[in-house]
Amino acid sequence: MEKSFPRVSRVLAAHATLLLYSALALFPVLLIILNSFKDRLTIFAVPFDLPSPATFTLDGYRTLGTTARFDLFFLNSFLVTAGSLVLILFVSSMAAFALAEYKFRFNSLTGLYLAIGIMVPIRLGTVGILLIMVDLHLVNTLWSLILVYTAQGIPLAVFVLTVFMRQLPKDLTDAARIDGAGEYRIYWLILPLVRPALGSVLAISMIPIWNDLWFPLILAPGESTKTLVLGAQAFLGEFVNDYNAVLAALTLAILPPVLLYVVFSRQLIRGITAGAVK
Amino acid sequence: MPKPRSFPFHILVFLLPALLIYTAFMIFPLLDSLWLSLSKGGPAGALVFVGVQNYQTLFSQARWANPFWNALRNNALFFVIHMLVQNPVGLLLAALLGARIRGTAIYRTIIFTPTILSVVIIGFVWKLILNPAWGISRTVLQTIGLGSLDTPWLGLESTALVTLSLISVWQNVGIPMMLFLAALIRIPEELLEAAKVDGAGPWRTFWGIQFPLILPTVGIVSVLTFVGNFNAFEIIYATQGALAGPNFASDVLGTFFFRTFFGYQLQPADPYMGSAVAGIMFIIILIGVLIYLFGWQRRVHAIRY
Repeated sequence: MEKSFPRVSRVLAAHATLLLYSALALFPVLLIILNSFKDRLTIFAVPFDLPSPATFTLDGYRTLGTTARFDLFFLNSFLVTAGSLVLILFVSSMAAFALAEYKFRFNSLTGLYLAIGIMVPIRLGTVGILLIMVDLHLVNTLWSLILVYTAQGIPLAVFVLTVFMRQLPKDLTDAARIDGAGEYRIYWLILPLVRPALGSVLAISMIPIWNDLWFPLILAPGESTKTLVLGAQAFLGEFVNDYNAVLAALTLAILPPVLLYVVFSRQLIRGITAGAVK
Repeated sequence: MPKPRSFPFHILVFLLPALLIYTAFMIFPLLDSLWLSLSKGGPAGALVFVGVQNYQTLFSQARWANPFWNALRNNALFFVIHMLVQNPVGLLLAALLGARIRGTAIYRTIIFTPTILSVVIIGFVWKLILNPAWGISRTVLQTIGLGSLDTPWLGLESTALVTLSLISVWQNVGIPMMLFLAALIRIPEELLEAAKVDGAGPWRTFWGIQFPLILPTVGIVSVLTFVGNFNAFEIIYATQGALAGPNFASDVLGTFFFRTFFGYQLQPADPYMGSAVAGIMFIIILIGVLIYLFGWQRRVHAIRY
């Protein structure tokens, strides 16, 4: 009895702390989403009330539909994120395969060269990046963003994938070679075996790309190439006093990453821990 | 085994795409920026090498030095607040989640949610909540009996930077939490059992056994915080704009770099001075990373490369 009582109170204290912090984490987000469905008067009068049939409105969403091209911004964000992720996974898995599979003279040097980018933020090269994009006539195209995000994603992706590929038994590739498979074919055979690692790389690379504001602002600020985050930023600045529209825009911007997070949370957690710990 | 005379072609094919994209859009621009920071525009668009003159200007001419030192000071405070608040809170949450209680997966998911949202959203959400016009913060503070603390937190020079730092802490606390939790879970069960048998309470077990064992993660979290903080831009820009108001009270190196490079109000854009600011950020981050690699990691943990 003496021993179990403090244990119960300890567990209760842990739950209380975690509940409190969870409330702190969710409260601002829920407040925004709930109020985006209320009319202007009740947003200010009773901000903490749930929307009721009497106060429910979609006015904010209607303003969005008529003033900003959020469908286009969403498509841009999707194309940039998907394009970058496909490129990151493809070129990084090839490089990781070479580093993990073959002994060659510059192997560890190449690995180190690629590892520089894990610690040095690509943003510090912004001046140089903008000059290159001007030279290549890629300013205000989605390609400029895709190329920069791919370069940004390669270092960590190669690192994580190399670690995973080194763990595969060497017999696998040797057996394939004896069966007469070429080196490119062996790469294709190996790829499905590191699917969990590919999932982790996907999950940790995705969110920074989707959420980035810096490079869209600098490389592709044109109306037709705005990403969702940049579009939301511009819209929020312009409509700062239209609470219905602002809350609706915020809600729409919150939903896609939260949905992706729910789908990918397992890979994401594994990726964060694998990427940082190894 | 004899050394291959020519480099095997297929290895090149595997390596080249990644190396090309990485070199062209990351390494080359970084070097190019460093080179620009040592140059000035000459007649007819030619570059003139001027050595460290841009850096000297940045350090000594009042027009540059005042905002630069202001941004650097603010950035240092921004980092200190993250180290003192974000990482200890992350450690506390991880320790609570690591003690086997129910619902840890749900808590973990909820607490990590702000981390996945765009800083633009986070910045604006808090701007609304702290806006006296909506009055959310006033109502909440009065409810918990702290009504006297109600001020326009983001609008005052004395409180804007600390408030922005805490907003950033609120958003990013999930990252140290996850990393600490992953490290705590890997500690072998027998060690904790042995401590229990020896009569150590949870407090002693944590500081005597668990914390020393996760010291490598403490280092990783610290260096990630350092790099992230000295590279910060979005939370300030999204909440206070490029001028990092009020009266530059929330200016950090990232926003200073942005204004220098692109120009603002009456000041023309200056890619050379902008590159010099980026060069300083590069050196600061490099120093932090080197201290971590050689001062901390070597001592605490054999490098597992």
